[in-house]
Amino acid sequence: MSSPRARCAGHCAGPGAADVQITVTVNGSAFTGDVEPRLLLIHFLRDHLGLTGSHWGCDTSNCGACVVWLDETPVKSCTVLTAMADGHRVLTVEGLERGGRLDPVQEGFARCHGLQCGFCTPGMMLTARWLLDHNPDPSPDEIREALSGQVCRCTGYENIVRAVRWAAQPQGGDGHGDHRSAPGGSQ
Amino acid sequence: MQVPAHVEYERASSVAHALSLLARYGPEARILAGGHSLIPMMKLRLAQPETLIDINGLSELSYIEMTGGELRIGTLTRHAQLLDSAAAGEHFPILHDAEKVIADPVVRNWGTVGGSLCQADPSEDLSAAFAALKASMVICGPDGSRTVSAREFHTGPYETVIAAGEMLTEIRIPARPGGGSAYEKVGRRVGDWPVGAAGAAIWLDGDVVADAGIGLTAVGAHQFAAPEAEEFLRGAPATEESFARAGEIAAEHCRPASDQRGPADYKRHLAHELTARALRRALRRARGG
Repeated sequence: MSSPRARCAGHCAGPGAADVQITVTVNGSAFTGDVEPRLLLIHFLRDHLGLTGSHWGCDTSNCGACVVWLDETPVKSCTVLTAMADGHRVLTVEGLERGGRLDPVQEGFARCHGLQCGFCTPGMMLTARWLLDHNPDPSPDEIREALSGQVCRCTGYENIVRAVRWAAQPQGGDGHGDHRSAPGGSQ
Repeated sequence: MQVPAHVEYERASSVAHALSLLARYGPEARILAGGHSLIPMMKLRLAQPETLIDINGLSELSYIEMTGGELRIGTLTRHAQLLDSAAAGEHFPILHDAEKVIADPVVRNWGTVGGSLCQADPSEDLSAAFAALKASMVICGPDGSRTVSAREFHTGPYETVIAAGEMLTEIRIPARPGGGSAYEKVGRRVGDWPVGAAGAAIWLDGDVVADAGIGLTAVGAHQFAAPEAEEFLRGAPATEESFARAGEIAAEHCRPASDQRGPADYKRHLAHELTARALRRALRRARGG
């Protein structure tokens, strides 16, 4: 059994499938609304919420420019449907700072020149934050492994590793980057 | 911009509910787990389901536990959870070997074990690991559940025995004493699909191979397995010579195809060499090394 819409779905610009209602808490703020089931999380964040810090890169879950947290976990948001985030929390780079104070990871990237063009940077920083929450003193190899699903075409990675190491040091780390108890964190 | 085509979406609240949704929406409905295989396929229009049935809310399908002499893995278990599981690593180190080289850490956070198996990509690593371990798959449908061997699960590239209205719920691996296991993969770059890979499980009776399981990935092995090489090893001394010969036999019986990842001859060479390496490492582990 195939509906006319389903048959032409790849070609027609006609009306979509029934929208699905979602409530997603993004950087501590709840959003409730209707979205197309096929809407990818990266496009929801950028185009619906205007949070353009998360970048839309390869579209194939290879490059990692779109990495955000879904609850406690970094995911590639080009390969997650917005509907799958219903009832969950999302953390983007816009939510990394606290009270006007940069996360140590952000400060580390700035101090250690961990970015050039900046395209990969938001995803890199979100994965780095997760790494430091789970492994406060990672070795360079552990940092490289954690970031191995994310591509940087500018830095050669050396400064990214330095930036994460900087954030792990007492002057950078200080334990105030833990977002597991972030506002809206009731899930 | 790559986006999936229009699709209906339903969220399952239980396994029974997922099965009723499958029954309601018919054969063009697909189960959505992590989506890290299905969503890319939908973007490319290689898959065009009419309805997605999202099972991500079914926490009862996410577990790894030793029960009744078996390791049981829920279908919704994320790759990262399997890689983190001490029980899996202790009993079946082949699973950790394989997980370490599946995609990358962020993909492993969300992609699921069951989703990988049901995608049935001929280059998928866990399929060979489970074939080597002689695992079985629990499939639930409207008439109850049935269990099939890992070696009956795949019916061809991107095809499994799961019928319309059914879903995979669990993978079971029998734990047997005196065993060791390992997985060896060669890829073009970190996180890529394999050019070729081999998994081995071995059970010893003294210095003799009591039983062996060999899984092969991406080299055209029927059901991801090398039964002729296993047959040769059964009762053979656990030696380098036996392993080299088993590798030769595995390579003789697989049917690799030349593609962008490499020529068939090279893949056959990998089947030989990686089978021997996996057996060697599995033996070390069986002996407690």
